[in-house]
Amino acid sequence: MFWQQLINGIALGSTYALIALGYTMVYGIIQLINFAHGEIYMVGAFAALVLVTVFKMSIFLAMVLAMVVCLLLGVIIEFVAYRPLRRSSRLSALISAIGVSTFLSTLVLLIFGADAKGFPDDVFPVVQMRIGAAEVSSLQLLIIGVSALLMLGLEFIVHHTKIGKAMRATSQDYTTAALMGVNVNLVISFTFALGSALAAAGGVLVGIYFNAVSFNMGLMAGLKAFAAAVLGGIGSIPGAMLGGVVLGVVEVLGVAAGYSSYKDAIAFAILVAVLMIKPTGLLGQKIQKKV
Amino acid sequence: MMPLLTMERVSVRFGGLVAVNQLDLEVRQGEILALIGPNGAGKSTVFNLITGIYRPTEGTIRFRGEIINDKHPHEIAARGISRTFQTIHLFNELPVFENVLIGAHTQGKSGFLGALGGFLPVKRREERALADLARECLALVQLDCKVDELAKNLSYGEQRRLEIARALAVRPRLLLLDEPAAGMNPQEKKELMDLIRKIQVSGITILVVEHDMKFVMGLSDRIAVLDYGAKIAEGLPEEIRSNPAVIEAYLGKGVSGQC
Amino acid sequence: MIGEYLENLVNLVDAYYLQIFVNIGIAIIMALGLNLVTGVTGQLSLGHAAFMSIGAFTGAILTIKLGMPFSLNLICSGLMAALCGVVIGFPILRLSGDYLAIATLGFAEILKVILLNLDITNRALGLSVPLPHTPIPLPIYVWLTVLLVLAAMVLIQNSRFGRALRAIREDEIAAETMGVNTTLYKIQAFAIGAFTAGLGGCLYAHFIAYINPSDFGFSKSVDILNMVVLGGLGSIPGSVLGATLLTTAPEFLRFMERYRMMVYGALLVFLMIFRPNGLLGGVSIRKLVCKALGIKPGPRKPWHRISTRKAGG
Repeated sequence: MFWQQLINGIALGSTYALIALGYTMVYGIIQLINFAHGEIYMVGAFAALVLVTVFKMSIFLAMVLAMVVCLLLGVIIEFVAYRPLRRSSRLSALISAIGVSTFLSTLVLLIFGADAKGFPDDVFPVVQMRIGAAEVSSLQLLIIGVSALLMLGLEFIVHHTKIGKAMRATSQDYTTAALMGVNVNLVISFTFALGSALAAAGGVLVGIYFNAVSFNMGLMAGLKAFAAAVLGGIGSIPGAMLGGVVLGVVEVLGVAAGYSSYKDAIAFAILVAVLMIKPTGLLGQKIQKKV
Repeated sequence: MMPLLTMERVSVRFGGLVAVNQLDLEVRQGEILALIGPNGAGKSTVFNLITGIYRPTEGTIRFRGEIINDKHPHEIAARGISRTFQTIHLFNELPVFENVLIGAHTQGKSGFLGALGGFLPVKRREERALADLARECLALVQLDCKVDELAKNLSYGEQRRLEIARALAVRPRLLLLDEPAAGMNPQEKKELMDLIRKIQVSGITILVVEHDMKFVMGLSDRIAVLDYGAKIAEGLPEEIRSNPAVIEAYLGKGVSGQC
Repeated sequence: MIGEYLENLVNLVDAYYLQIFVNIGIAIIMALGLNLVTGVTGQLSLGHAAFMSIGAFTGAILTIKLGMPFSLNLICSGLMAALCGVVIGFPILRLSGDYLAIATLGFAEILKVILLNLDITNRALGLSVPLPHTPIPLPIYVWLTVLLVLAAMVLIQNSRFGRALRAIREDEIAAETMGVNTTLYKIQAFAIGAFTAGLGGCLYAHFIAYINPSDFGFSKSVDILNMVVLGGLGSIPGSVLGATLLTTAPEFLRFMERYRMMVYGALLVFLMIFRPNGLLGGVSIRKLVCKALGIKPGPRKPWHRISTRKAGG
């Protein structure tokens, strides 16, 4: 029973981790909570849904294209709504982000309506497998596999490419990186692109997993993923992965323990607890405020 | 006579870094004491320790005999210590006058309920007293003609003076000035020196951190020198000027050997 | 009877306009409360609607279970919300900026989930609220409350208390160094904001006559934030204007009702980029009035400064 829930939790948590990565990267670089990130995840799910149902694409191709769509969307959002505000107060940028979020979810509501949509049943063959005492579906394996693959790819980009080095430099010190000749604008756009693409993948996976895609799925998932990012230590990429998985497992175990009606509160209880006990999270670094 | 402020064997560590190391410091009633030292010697950290922004890892800080180690900054302000900041910390979007009125916060009592009774004569009298105090402080730093200007629109020198006026409105016994002359031209520095002396004459003890040696030598009664968080010398200005340890700290070992 | 007289007076107004009028009043109460927390004190709260729900459910339950007189009920609802504000604010107001915003949002969501699971709030079905126990018609109650809250906010802004709150918004470390107990003041601001939200919630519950925890979610909080930001953070006339505009706009713009939230979202982005201080931020009403009357506005003299010279000699 426990092992079963653990696997369910890891599958769910991997999707949180995919979204949390976007929050944590953006926050690491420009200290902005990208409130619209959850909506990007939602748009990713819808993009894949359209590609699969209307254009009859395979789910894998649809997922890749959805990632491209969201990558562009992320870059555009940054350019339109955040870049002009880079020198304004953080409050202004945060409010602008909330505006983008509201805009996108209402836009999707107008286009697709309020009902949850589902992927066709044959989009991915679901087979149940036994591993010891637990049952694993091929879908869960897909989710865990794709998430792991994407995160490995991200690790590679961040640590073994030139743009990755620029990202790390910018997150250490924005101004110095700019002075050292890093094209900060490019780095920021690239960060939004990466984060948005990962969120889109998360959206597609969740859409298939729960077979439900709706205009308001972004808000709650986004908030939970943000909680995961904070849990892992905001700004830390391994932290976001760990935080996502931990959050997913805790949530699934909480539901299994009979608190299903409080499911959505679990993430926030963790969030608030982390903020109060150790705001730097599990893997975050301590920041000394300078006077 | 009991010193106004004493620091006894005060240390503070941030992780592995020892920013202030076993510091003994005494500020005597009525004097102008200058704290000097190379960049990163821990001078501003000392200010942050005295005003409660940092807490010492060990040692005691006493103000008028009372241990203030674990007091919050606002409690320390209420006891009569106020300061200016090295990087200007004004209330930028508020008018000059209001900046100083906020400095006079400790001189009033009304809280939330007092606010709701703001029309009562007793509350109006309190507000008037605070406004008088604020005007007095602004006149002292010659900013009384700019009361309605937003703080952010003042020139750099005016902003520095406004910080002093705001700190004076706390009615401090001890005033801490963190690099007050930074970025000023010689004329402004001279005026600032006169201002600080005027403040001293009014009975306020002053602890000042400053890099400009001419300024420090001309102004202070005593000087304490910090290097790597520890005090390496203390004494009258002329003693400090010829102290080999000080010269070494500022200019490096080789130079002092040649002297 | 005076109640009867007032009732007749209210009945003279067309029901449709009366409803809009009351909605505006409630929106103003909500906006003024959030303005104190976010606009004046600078603490971004994304959970203002949660305090409204506390007030709404407290008010509804007090009327249903105890049949409490409405004016007492209103105060109890406000106090209950303020209490929650203190309980929630105490741990989270240490957090700064974005972290605080997220924590308020987190608490609001937790609260919503709890209300959706309690028997006394009738779980997800919501509560039908009976008529309040008062001879005075509700619209008059609403607008009396508006006037009282407005007066309180004006008094706060012009006081030592209000200055301390603004100081916290501008520079928390400097405020603390000037002797402002920032923690205490932030909690007080939070509690007062929650109190007014509680008043608004209680009035709303009795006026709409049906409440559901889902009515007070994140989008409601964003709605209120919108009003404050549109009017200009920290500006009382701005909050009143913002609340009025955003409450009446959907009535004028019926044809675009479907796009309402989309427009609001775009509006937030637009405002932040082109007019971050809102419509009335940085605008002095006093100067405008002087200009309209053709008087040259002299240097600003708060009323408490006028007679100082004589007193000082």
